[in-house]
Amino acid sequence: MGIFPFVVAAWILAVGLYGIVTSRHLVHQIVCLIVVQSSTYVLLLGVGYRRGAAAPYFSDIPVHTPAVDPVVQALALTDVVVEAAVTALLLAFAIQAHKRFGTLDPQELVQFRG
Amino acid sequence: MTPAVRRWVFLAGVAGLAAFYLWGLTGLPRFGSYPGPYGDVINRIAVAQTNATGVVSAINFEYRGFDTIGEEFILFAAAIGTATVLRHLRGERERAARDEAMDRTVPPASEAVRMVSLLLVGPTVLVGWYLASHAQTSPSGGFQGGVVLATGFILIYLAGEFLVFKRISPVDVTDAVGAVGAGGFAAVGVTAVAMGLPYLFNFLPLGSTPGAVSSSGTIALISFLVGIEVAAAFVLIVSELLEQTLLFRQESR
Repeated sequence: MGIFPFVVAAWILAVGLYGIVTSRHLVHQIVCLIVVQSSTYVLLLGVGYRRGAAAPYFSDIPVHTPAVDPVVQALALTDVVVEAAVTALLLAFAIQAHKRFGTLDPQELVQFRG
Repeated sequence: MTPAVRRWVFLAGVAGLAAFYLWGLTGLPRFGSYPGPYGDVINRIAVAQTNATGVVSAINFEYRGFDTIGEEFILFAAAIGTATVLRHLRGERERAARDEAMDRTVPPASEAVRMVSLLLVGPTVLVGWYLASHAQTSPSGGFQGGVVLATGFILIYLAGEFLVFKRISPVDVTDAVGAVGAGGFAAVGVTAVAMGLPYLFNFLPLGSTPGAVSSSGTIALISFLVGIEVAAAFVLIVSELLEQTLLFRQESR
């Protein structure tokens, strides 16, 4: 096991970046950005994990039970919601780009100016 | 830059990243042997300090509350930005969807979809409300609850009731509710300052039973405010995106 989760996080990052670089469609590119961001969740939760520990909720377990790191979980939580909202904003830009230029291919879009 | 060149540049960059990353991993603690002190410290003191048994919520709305305000306003700005970018431009007017096959009518939502969607609205709103108001005791909170609450509204759209969806979520109202949620969070912080305490200090009574609904003071209050803000933001975003399907697209190239 060792470093496997961290390698998975890097792999997700690389796959998402590859999609962004080679994308031929803005919506596909935005989805790739979501994939890139997903790698941060894997990394954060992987860093905070502790073998055999409980979830950081002490409603029905004693307060001194060993638990995983709650700080990285809080980071991942807000990240998810903000990501969804920012994705909506990017999709709105994609809609306007299509209205204005009639194409969603990023490699064609770079030829247009303002 | 041609696509092939772009790909080679990317692969070279990723190869470099992979080399440094793997090198960095050799010095990292193994997965599952958590070495950080902060999580342990907070796990030990959070319940006694805040009377919230959900430590993640305690961090989000108390220890890291100032960061969460920032996150909240990113969300708020993204929702307002979506509405602004998708505003009606000159030369655009509403009309029914322009179909390629004019002789065929648009099939209405099937009875099964309508019934399941409308049946789910009530339970969805209930679950969202539960999540938003139980941040202090369970893995929930305003962010999750708000998204589930917004889903309740979207189910009404799914049931084929776009006009009902528009009527119960007019932009003015969702905007105002979102502003109350976001501003309320900031106002809780300012209230603490007005009482001579640090910004976002937990000035409400903490209750006597850890994890009870009435416990944890401002954590529960802020979670609830975040909940209505997130719900309003997502309803606003979805209704703006849906409205685009009704817009006539002027060819302006």
